Amino acid sequence: MSALLTVDNLKVQYPTRSGLIEAVRGVSFTLGRERLGIVGESGSGKSQTGRAIMGLTTPQAIVTADRLDFQGMDLLKASPRERRALRGKRIAMVLQDPKYSLNPVMTIGRQIVETLRTHESVSKAEARRRALAMLEAVQIRDPERVFGLYPHEVSGGMGQRAMIAMMLICDPEMLIADEPTSALDVTVQLEVLGILDRLVATRGMGLIFVSHDLRLVSSFCDRVLVMYAGKVVEELRASELSQARHPYTRGLLDCVPKIGESRHPLPVLDRKPEWAA
Amino acid sequence: MTAVLDISHLHVFFDVYHALDDVTLSVGRSESFGLVGESGSGKSTLLRAVAGLAPVSSGDITCDGEAITGAHRSRAFFRKVQMVFQDPYGSLHPRQTVDRQLLEPLAVHGIGDAEPRIRRALDEVGLGPSFRFRYPHQMSGGQRQRVAIARALILEPKILLLDEPTSALDASVQAEVLNLLEQVRRDHGLTFVMVSHDLGVVTHLCERLAVMQHGRVVETLTAADLASSRVRDDYTRHLMTASRGFSR
Ligand SMILES: Nc1ncnc2c1ncn2[C@@H]1O[C@H](COP(=O)(O)OP(=O)(O)OP(=O)(O)O)[C@@H](O)[C@H]1O
Ligand SMILES: Nc1ncnc2c1ncn2[C@@H]1O[C@H](COP(=O)(O)OP(=O)(O)OP(=O)(O)O)[C@@H](O)[C@H]1O
Ligand SMILES: [Mg+2]
Ligand SMILES: [Mg+2]
Repeated sequence: MSALLTVDNLKVQYPTRSGLIEAVRGVSFTLGRERLGIVGESGSGKSQTGRAIMGLTTPQAIVTADRLDFQGMDLLKASPRERRALRGKRIAMVLQDPKYSLNPVMTIGRQIVETLRTHESVSKAEARRRALAMLEAVQIRDPERVFGLYPHEVSGGMGQRAMIAMMLICDPEMLIADEPTSALDVTVQLEVLGILDRLVATRGMGLIFVSHDLRLVSSFCDRVLVMYAGKVVEELRASELSQARHPYTRGLLDCVPKIGESRHPLPVLDRKPEWAA
Repeated sequence: MTAVLDISHLHVFFDVYHALDDVTLSVGRSESFGLVGESGSGKSTLLRAVAGLAPVSSGDITCDGEAITGAHRSRAFFRKVQMVFQDPYGSLHPRQTVDRQLLEPLAVHGIGDAEPRIRRALDEVGLGPSFRFRYPHQMSGGQRQRVAIARALILEPKILLLDEPTSALDASVQAEVLNLLEQVRRDHGLTFVMVSHDLGVVTHLCERLAVMQHGRVVETLTAADLASSRVRDDYTRHLMTASRGFSR
């Protein structure tokens, strides 16, 4: 399998008044033309890992890595301009808080159109047509109406799908999707995953799928990384998630409430300091 | 069942768009009531209408025996009813520390003992004191969501409107938050109305639920009915099938 992305010993640190916050502490993995799931504890560095790959970390942070390579390109040596040109076009990221990440004073439709026109020379009419088609593809019921709405006028799940539409419109080679379907009802969720799945299968897109939903990750992804306290603590085939070894992963699987069972209170994790070693 | 929240024939329009179409439901005292349904079907709008944040064109809302009309809500109302919004980023003030965001509701309602209350509220949602002086952008998605929950609980309300309170949390923190919610509900006789896409979460926390589609309630049923597939509506059945996961 040829790697699209190689991440070796990635670290993200925030110097603060009360000391250094180590958000990512030496993460390594490779991504091929596959669906790679990342699950893990809240605050374990999943989003920070994605942002560092994209070059979207805030300037006060210190980002280092032994290697951060996308298709033979050294991302750490790339100029801000080169990285901007990659972003949105060849690599894209669906951010975790879509409504916050969308521009509040621009309609959904215009944002998608502008993204497309930044990276491709297409006419206004053509851009509009493709934006509407994309909104429809992500199962927005009423694309014409939603095209003209501002971010605060759409529901949580519609905002998420608008963000996905905006990220897919330029056909990226690699997509980092950070909790892309957490606000979608289960039926729409499966439709959206179907789209991502086809992009991986037919166009060879590489997908990093960050999610808290273990059921979804185990049924949708090929491989899964489990993160805890800024590190990858376990790597598994997604279909074998139920046979996880690490006590964090095992504990996670056990805390999920399922339809038809009654466990009150739910079991919780007894976090051990050595997990964060 | 004495209803603590009664909604009847509620309609909400955004211009010509009919977002809530004749919604009627009743939530009993100390009950935990779930709302599930299609994305865009009006679940958040329904909670927001109760909180006075959506343009109600007709219909009645009665809350704790009091008819509430228009968009105005008294200070006493917010002492009684608190809401956890779907996107915590939007509901937290971007330039205020966690400490300030928790202090503010206490100050508005003239409640003393701020210091121990803030510590306890953060501790309950599993955030250590080191988070007190962080800003929203310095936290992860799940950490922000927990601050939003802490802020709603700090006033010890009677009714809690929860919009996807745990969808940004990993399963372990979700379990902790669900246990916390159950515990405060038991200890204080709280009433919950909770939106969630996760049928496992809804049936865990709620006794009854309504299924929404296109601005309407298509079915109201008990969690036990859902668990044993005693459902009437096709859309509900569809949701149940989809909740089993992705298949290629
Ligand atoms: N600007 C910042 N300054 C200081 N610390 C930060 C900053 N941004 C993030 N962090 C910290 O970095 C850690 C990792 O955050 P990240 O957003 O990657 O978590 P996550 O795994 O995505 O969690 P979640 O599942 O809750 O979204 C967290 O503990 C967070 O508080
Ligand atoms: N301020 C507004 N202006 C115009 N339309 C709005 C506004 N707020 C909500 N809507 C519309 O009302 C409908 C219902 O939105 P709502 O947020 O209640 O859905 P939801 O059921 O919570 O969906 P989700 O599960 O995706 O969060 C959507 O079609 C949305 O576009
Ligand atoms: Mg995150
Ligand atoms: Mg909503």
